[in-house]
Amino acid sequence: MKKTQYSKFAAILSMLVLVGLGALCLNQTVSAAAEGSIAGTVKFSGTAPHMRGIDMSKDPYCVKQHENSPVNLENIVVGSDGGLQNVVLYISDGLTGNEATAVPSTQPTFDQKGCQYIPHVLAMDADQKFQVISSDQTTHNIHPLPNAMTGNIPWNKSQPPGAPPIVTSWKTPEMISVKCNIHPWMHGYFAVVKGPYATSDKSGAYTIHGVPPGSYTVTAWQEELGTQTAKVTVAAGKPGSADFTFKGK
Amino acid sequence: MRSKSFLRCSWLMSAAAVVALSLSARAQLSTVQQQEWLNSPAATSHIGNITGNAKAAAPVYRRYCVGCHGELGDGNGEVAQWLQPPMYPKPRDFQLGIFKCRSTPTGTLPTDQDLFDTIARGLDRSSMPIWNTFTKDERADLVAWIKHFSPRWQNEKAGTPIQIPPEPEITPERVKAGQEVFGRVQCWKCHGVQGMANGPSASTLTDDLGAPIWPYNFTDGSRPKCGNTDRDLYKIFMTGLDGTPMPSFVDNIKPDEAWDLVFYLRTLQPHNAFNAKERQIAKQLGLKPVSPQ
Repeated sequence: MKKTQYSKFAAILSMLVLVGLGALCLNQTVSAAAEGSIAGTVKFSGTAPHMRGIDMSKDPYCVKQHENSPVNLENIVVGSDGGLQNVVLYISDGLTGNEATAVPSTQPTFDQKGCQYIPHVLAMDADQKFQVISSDQTTHNIHPLPNAMTGNIPWNKSQPPGAPPIVTSWKTPEMISVKCNIHPWMHGYFAVVKGPYATSDKSGAYTIHGVPPGSYTVTAWQEELGTQTAKVTVAAGKPGSADFTFKGK
Repeated sequence: MRSKSFLRCSWLMSAAAVVALSLSARAQLSTVQQQEWLNSPAATSHIGNITGNAKAAAPVYRRYCVGCHGELGDGNGEVAQWLQPPMYPKPRDFQLGIFKCRSTPTGTLPTDQDLFDTIARGLDRSSMPIWNTFTKDERADLVAWIKHFSPRWQNEKAGTPIQIPPEPEITPERVKAGQEVFGRVQCWKCHGVQGMANGPSASTLTDDLGAPIWPYNFTDGSRPKCGNTDRDLYKIFMTGLDGTPMPSFVDNIKPDEAWDLVFYLRTLQPHNAFNAKERQIAKQLGLKPVSPQ
């Protein structure tokens, strides 16, 4: 008895979903030419936290790469004008049409160079192919640590000098921590999101391309400072704009 | 025109329906879902011609396994708190579906046979004993039972086991070539140039859950975690031990070179029946440890 009720309910629900989707499909405008964008700046207010210098003495090769320019951790990178780098910006609400499901054909690259991850945070779309390469003459192991319960599965592969690129993708949106066990200071992120995205540059500036007119919620994610959201409207021929400020402790 | 776009649309809709259905199957399993799974014909394991039945394993699991692995299979049994890594690694969390000992590529589920073998073999240098006291049927049942804890077994198939070519004849050239591989892919970064688990990165290693972990010491007479046959060694470095710092080298070591490496690794282990030939060759060659570059 209970079971039939449940399946009835499920049937009605899926009918509703399908009808809704159908309506969306029929309303869909054919042209996607009116693509807009959302741009802005991410700032850090307060005193930028001290980023500890990295001791690479465990691997002389790594030390040699930075003989004249010591490197610091990159958990919070603040530019001279207060711009906050490596913040991932994506549309967390409001996407309806193709742009929500379309996967970019570009293939972003995550490089292991000078025993650091370049970039420190690599943003990508779910199911978008990306590649992991090594420019170093030392062995790295690339070990992403997603939560296996989300549908993304952790793996661990070595990349000795001259190793071929690893080309792969992630199924589900998730901020995936990635590390090298051989060089414990190497730590970065695969920021997997759904739909158009951008990463803030040295000055904190970003532009999310390929956003059709509409009202959206934009989320800014920083690995230590968390997330912030803003409501943004994109009109035809008029890009949206959203600035974010993360406060220091 | 209209009908064409409508066709495309309905295709999209069915795709969306499939996605919605598969999404609902993700995340941790509820008790109801677990019961449904246990009652389904999928709750079995197949090892050779033995078929394991999950439900049959419940009493065995509750008697012998639950103390460490827990009622929920999350590795939080009542004695788990007393196990302190790295000396005593924490019990496996079956809910994650991540296993060290696999014949399948990194990031994939192990085969039933892999789990079956792990139970009987135990895990050296851990609190997981050799469970060869179980009958084969009991072990097969336990494999099916283990699989009911993780949603991954419902959404994914086991990986395809890596191809292992037949073991070639051991020659001095092969031992030497194996040492070159050991140096080239830098096994010594963790395992040390003499395999003494004292490489430069050895002391900082942590597992996926952040607990400290030691690399395998080839010289102390212990067994590798996932078995000590030549094929076991081959599998260990080609598939990696998921959940640990040990990566997969399958993209960077060719099958033939992999056998060379197995032969070389044997020379690092203390003298025994299984590596007498390898050690003799190493002695004749006067092999010195690789130099860390």
